[in-house]
Amino acid sequence: MRISESWLREWVSPAIDTDSLAEQLTMAGLEIDAIERLGQGLEHVVVAEITAVEAHPNAEKLRVCTVNAGTSQHQIVCGAPNARVGLKAPLAQLGAELPAPEPGGKPLTIKKAKLRGVESQGMLCAQRELGLGEDDAGLWELPADAPVGRSLNDYLQLPDAVLDVDLTPNRSDCLSVAGVAREVGVLNRQTVNEPAFTEVPASCDDVFPVQLKAVDDCPRYLGRVIRGVDLSCPTPLWMQQKLLRAGVRSIDAAVDVTNYVMLELGQPMHAFDLQQLQGGIEVRLATEGECLTLLDGAELTLDSSCLVIADQAKALALAGIMGGQGSGVRPDTVDLMLEAAHFTPSRIAGRARRFGLHTESSHRFERGVDPELPRRAIERATELLLAIVGGQAGPVSEALDAPALAARPAITLRRPRILQLLGFELPDSEVEDHLQRLGFGLSHHSEGWKVEVPSHRFDVEQEADLLEELARIYGYNRLPMRVVRHSGALSHSEEACLDKRQLRGQLHALGYQEAITYSFIDPADQQAFYADEPAVPLRNPISSEMSVMRTSLLPGLVRALEHNVKRQHNRVRLFEAGQCFRDQSGALDQREYLAGAICGSRLPESWASASDLADFYDLKGDVEALLELGQPGLQDVEFRAAQHPAMHPGQCATVHRKDIVIGHLGALHPRLQKALDVPKNVFLFELVLDKLLEGKLPSYSKISKFPEVRRDLAMLINQQLSVAEVTSRVRDVAGPVLIELLVFDVYSGKGVPEGQKSLGLGLTLQDHSRTLTEEDVSTCLERIVATLEQEFGATLRN
Amino acid sequence: MSDLDALLSEAMQAVSSAADEAALEALRVAYLGKKGHLTALLKGLGQLSPEERPAAGARINAAKQQVAEAIQARKEVLEAAALEAQLHGERLDVTLPGRTQSLGGPHPVTRTIDRMVEVFSQAGFAVVEGPEIEDDYHNFEALNFPPHHPARAMHDTFFISDDTVLRTHTSPVQVRVMENQAPPIRVVCPGRVYRTDFDITHTPMFHQLEGLLVDEGVSMADLKGTIVNFLQVYFENDNLAVRFRPSYFPFTEPSAEVDIQCVMCAGEGCRVCKRTGWLEVMGCGMVHPNVLRYSNIDPDVYSGFAFGMGVERLAMLRYGIDDLRIFFENDLSFLRQFG
Repeated sequence: MRISESWLREWVSPAIDTDSLAEQLTMAGLEIDAIERLGQGLEHVVVAEITAVEAHPNAEKLRVCTVNAGTSQHQIVCGAPNARVGLKAPLAQLGAELPAPEPGGKPLTIKKAKLRGVESQGMLCAQRELGLGEDDAGLWELPADAPVGRSLNDYLQLPDAVLDVDLTPNRSDCLSVAGVAREVGVLNRQTVNEPAFTEVPASCDDVFPVQLKAVDDCPRYLGRVIRGVDLSCPTPLWMQQKLLRAGVRSIDAAVDVTNYVMLELGQPMHAFDLQQLQGGIEVRLATEGECLTLLDGAELTLDSSCLVIADQAKALALAGIMGGQGSGVRPDTVDLMLEAAHFTPSRIAGRARRFGLHTESSHRFERGVDPELPRRAIERATELLLAIVGGQAGPVSEALDAPALAARPAITLRRPRILQLLGFELPDSEVEDHLQRLGFGLSHHSEGWKVEVPSHRFDVEQEADLLEELARIYGYNRLPMRVVRHSGALSHSEEACLDKRQLRGQLHALGYQEAITYSFIDPADQQAFYADEPAVPLRNPISSEMSVMRTSLLPGLVRALEHNVKRQHNRVRLFEAGQCFRDQSGALDQREYLAGAICGSRLPESWASASDLADFYDLKGDVEALLELGQPGLQDVEFRAAQHPAMHPGQCATVHRKDIVIGHLGALHPRLQKALDVPKNVFLFELVLDKLLEGKLPSYSKISKFPEVRRDLAMLINQQLSVAEVTSRVRDVAGPVLIELLVFDVYSGKGVPEGQKSLGLGLTLQDHSRTLTEEDVSTCLERIVATLEQEFGATLRN
Repeated sequence: MSDLDALLSEAMQAVSSAADEAALEALRVAYLGKKGHLTALLKGLGQLSPEERPAAGARINAAKQQVAEAIQARKEVLEAAALEAQLHGERLDVTLPGRTQSLGGPHPVTRTIDRMVEVFSQAGFAVVEGPEIEDDYHNFEALNFPPHHPARAMHDTFFISDDTVLRTHTSPVQVRVMENQAPPIRVVCPGRVYRTDFDITHTPMFHQLEGLLVDEGVSMADLKGTIVNFLQVYFENDNLAVRFRPSYFPFTEPSAEVDIQCVMCAGEGCRVCKRTGWLEVMGCGMVHPNVLRYSNIDPDVYSGFAFGMGVERLAMLRYGIDDLRIFFENDLSFLRQFG
């Protein structure tokens, strides 16, 4: 909300400068976002009158004006279309410094100049050139009674500063000059000079009937007929200026007055053209399918959740939000009806947003407007209106449902709670002073005070709200500080459980850089990676490329990899940890995954290493290094050939732990690799993060004192046979005496029969109770060889 | 006995000019071996008188000893020279880079969260995480946002359905903690949050870290102390000025915004702080009694404070990053700057 400092100071004027005032408000919770200073550099701008206009000898669009500036006459060259004899307009005399035409630019200093050969001794100005409004169409036409020669700043009560207040939704009571003034008064312990509240006596008897048919939504509605107005009368300059500084455009006197009262007191109002109304006003819920065309031309189809202001024929306005077309005042309106009503915040909230609307009126009503304000506002508006456009006012008619407007219960403020919750002691006198200045009613109570909440404070409902008021007025920064002590017992800690940081650290050591990609992805990517897996769509995405929730980290990671490859990073190793989302027949499954994507050389390019490209087994090694953190020796882990929609069907595996699938790894499917235009050797893994965190508590087993024996076996086996099948069998047959088994060679090609591969196994044998004899060892090996021959058709090589 | 002197001198000469170990061995055999020249002299002792023998024998033995020591000394010299030559041949260019896997590192957001968590863990705050797709109840209602309340408009919300949203803050995790744990509670909740804003200063996804402390006798003084302590530790500046401004969040009362003295200009006023000298870094407040009641915690017995901050914001201030959107482009040239 924009608030003019000079307007504010008409109400309350503490002896502090603009910056201090802004600081004070900010520190009281009314944050000042910006200060706009008006009238700076305009000391040499005066009200002037054009006394003669002649054509410019050398330019068709320019004219040469003679201008009376009071004590002097000037020749001014001017291009404005509305320059004419008798017009009063601001004249920037030599030496004036007009605001920079561009924000942040240099101010424009007015100097004597020749325009197309004719001397100009200053500049006649449009509103915008003075930084005092948006109008740029021509010279600013000042009222006929503007005093020639008077400094414009004097005339317009400048300089002024506009404070841009960023109000939080709880402080609707400050959405007016009156509200901010009340706050300034409290902060500076000054009395606020409210303009005298005058009741305008009725000068005619006309009353337009009002009926409340939805009292929960609208418990109070005031109307007043004013007959015989002349809306051709212009709004006075002082009012236009105040509206302008608040960011409200001047329309006509009737609309301007209702806006003025809203800015001044906080009560949104409306003015109907009485001739357009039929029968009487009804405040009611809309009927299903009822139509209403709003002032801005929007055509709405309403339902019974909408509150309307209607006459006997039809809905006229969306209550508390916006007026309708055809029923508001027009330039030729002679008789009008003013409306000032109270709408219940909780009932009105959300209604404007439903239609994509947000108006000054809805903004205030859904946050709460003082229910005691309508009468004051309608009297104030009548007073202003009669002074500007004449006419006769009827009596104020009020429809009220008192029970629906029940006063809010008083709050008990317990004295010890101040120390308990705010951490400091405030003398009773201070408590009472702060609250009373804020408008709260106080009476003593056994535990402290009974506090009556003023009708304008919708945000104060319980004790905590009062404590905030005390802290706020006392000053948050004056409250004491205390460093919290540890609460005692140390918390529960599971040793077997890994920390995510360990997994990340392992990946860092393996060369992976952490990425964070958006959780919503392009449905086209979802389709490309997981054609058969539907993703949860967002109802209101930012864009179609970010419109479905990821079911996997892989699409985002591959996109990040692609981004880097296209920026000359040939070797990429990225990982991400994050939640993925699946709709599993209505139930949402949210789970955290850890995924990686690599491409490029196995090791960084270097004098010391060949630039071999990383392959499946490099990636698998990385995955094993991760699993090993929680599963030393990978005892319960198994890799099985598998299929994954985004991976190469012959280079893809599932990772199993105790027979549960905990993830996938493999080469990016060549179809995707081509479609995404990434290099050929992209490898991916994705694992369920929780499963990686399950570790084991170490359990000591005695170290054998007897020597180990190492024997190697070279076997020829069927090419199709997986090595894991063979090694698993070897372990079974050998039993616990086999303490280590490694595959030191896999070879097929020259010297090995077609369809076979040679497998080199290194076996380490050891017993816990004795030294193994040569016979023990050879018996064991013979048994292994015999089993492999029998079960797999393997043959011992040489 | 001039034979002996001549022989000794000849042997010493030969040893000192022996070129390698083989030559030395040959000399040893030639002079000291069973058939060696010096050994032969010993054998000739028999021809001397018994009176002369001991003295002559001693002289020959002394000569043998002298030659043997010279051979040993020469051997050591030759070995040292050989080692020297070997070492010289094996010299490496130690300035060449080592042979290794490259080193990866954390995303700056993770790095920042880790730091925050580490600081808070010193005061006994445990880390808790929660779902990113939330129900309306946990994201809004249990945090004292009534339906349609204007405060909801402060959160530009992504909807999955009428009552399912992408969490707009990490506060729902606090609700879940209070539902499942009796006080005392000390947790911090880092994580992703979502709002439908995308421009120079907003990304539709960002990170928050929120904290919650509920216990008996917790006051606003504890809140202020904790926040100031944290910010001074985080920015490694014991004199960092911090101020609290009244504000509004439905789930805290009293509520405050926290500003720190601008870390870019030390409060002098610059572009980053919009010439105010202050930077808004977090929101906080005393847990609203309604929020405690929603989770069946008696506000007359317990009180607490909560705070929340934007992780990217603090990372930007700490590391001098001036573009929010770069966080999610995942460009290696950016990521590698953070470890």
